Amino acid sequence: MSEAARGAMLETRGLCKSFGALQVANSIDFRLERGARHALIGPNGAGKTSFVNLVTGALTPSAGQVLIGGAEVTDLPQSERIKRGLARTFQVTALFRRLTALENVTLAIAEREGVADDLFWPSGRHQRVIEEAYVLLESLDLADDALRPVNTLAYGRQRLIEIAVALGLAPKVLLLDEPAAGVPSSETGLVAGIVERLPPDIAVLIIDHDMDLVFRLARRITVMVQGSVLVEGPPEVIAADPEVRQVYLGERQRR
Amino acid sequence: MAAFLVFPSYLPLGSQILATILFALSADLVLGYAGIVTLGHAAFFGTGAYTSGILAVNGWGEPISGLLAGALAAAVIGVVSGFLVLRTSGLTLLMQTLVVATLLHEAANRASSITGGDDGLQGMQMWPIFGVFRFDLFGRTAYIYCLVVLFLCWWLARRIVHSPFGRSLTGIRENVLRMHAIGAPVMRRRLVIYTISAALAGLAGGLIAQTTAFVGLGFLSLDRSGTVLIMLIIGGVGRLYGAFIGVPLYMIAQDRFSEVAPVYWYFWIGLLMVLVVVFARGGIFGLVGRLRR
Repeated sequence: MSEAARGAMLETRGLCKSFGALQVANSIDFRLERGARHALIGPNGAGKTSFVNLVTGALTPSAGQVLIGGAEVTDLPQSERIKRGLARTFQVTALFRRLTALENVTLAIAEREGVADDLFWPSGRHQRVIEEAYVLLESLDLADDALRPVNTLAYGRQRLIEIAVALGLAPKVLLLDEPAAGVPSSETGLVAGIVERLPPDIAVLIIDHDMDLVFRLARRITVMVQGSVLVEGPPEVIAADPEVRQVYLGERQRR
Repeated sequence: MAAFLVFPSYLPLGSQILATILFALSADLVLGYAGIVTLGHAAFFGTGAYTSGILAVNGWGEPISGLLAGALAAAVIGVVSGFLVLRTSGLTLLMQTLVVATLLHEAANRASSITGGDDGLQGMQMWPIFGVFRFDLFGRTAYIYCLVVLFLCWWLARRIVHSPFGRSLTGIRENVLRMHAIGAPVMRRRLVIYTISAALAGLAGGLIAQTTAFVGLGFLSLDRSGTVLIMLIIGGVGRLYGAFIGVPLYMIAQDRFSEVAPVYWYFWIGLLMVLVVVFARGGIFGLVGRLRR
């Protein structure tokens, strides 16, 4: 537990962001410990994706701090944060659609390993990178699709490759932005299965609407409403919280 | 090589075709691989041509160093303009590349004491290559000179395209958002390929300047930037060999049509272009590939 004492894998302190009068992040204090399985939920427009963008550096906060592994990264660009072990997936699949699954993962590993700046030797020379990509796909039961262009795969499979690409960066912190979005309910189990089999020391933050998925995977849940943290706690506490039921779970039933 | 034996009287046209293939190849690196849509590639072509040409007019007629000086000057323009232009994308980027070329065009027009302005740059004296091979009247030396330079550049381009760097360019073209998310220095990668491409375009311009002993304002024109894209699209974008098909086809057609119908030859080029867009997306090279499958 000395790791936790030294600092969380990911932490935000008083994180604020507003677009004009719209406040999408209102002084958010958040901690993600090593090996965490943490879910971030909240109604549409609660600021969940904005929070992810603030953490990854796609958005610049108006105030507050972001720390990765205890070191402040608030002023660092996206690429530096990735080097420190932060990876994310996108709500809408963002892959290299005409490249194969293997090439998709290989590109990520090549960036991590710093071989992508080699502009003279053939890619095939970096055998190690390609092999690692294949082993990663194999470990996720995706080896059958390794040599198929991503745009020929079913959407559910693409969501899994989206996770594989993020894992290619060997992250310490993994942000999954609605990993099961757009996946038929019969296949959400596959996504959950992959998340369950992730290396235990990776800190995982899942942002999702799918309550079955969230309650299956998360050991801790944070509820956001209108840019602020409403409540945080273990799933059973969240499920029983009357305020949460009113603003979020209740709203879902009304729909 | 075949042209050398079969059509000796066409060697000067052949040299121009080879140099233009190199120009189109350079455009393919940015357009076809990095997905940078540019309408200002003539800026680099013209810079290389004027640099090599001005050296030759002013008493430095050594071809190889003159050619490299042209490539270097084009690379400098490439790195500086790329630094400014590549921050944008899409239509804004397109317009900014156009602006860079137009600025250079106007600068060359104004500096007529150096560039010859509207009359063009004339009176180049080229020394023999390696002090041995003189540029002969029939254009044999020029043809082989262009062939060797093109081959070396094609080899280099091929290495780049198949390297991890080249693969990452494809990634940038396919999905910039994802490239940022895997930590790729997107801006730097684009700037590197833009500069390499500019240098190759500069070599192409230098070759034409040295082998035709003429440089005019047209070398920097929008027309020149547009034509090279048309040739590339006819041949096939993003496959490195498109330039080798599109350029000869266009230039030989231009040569033939302009003899038969001096006024209307653009019509036939236009028709060819329409046919390619309707029936052969991916250019002729793409069509051949599809038929084979």
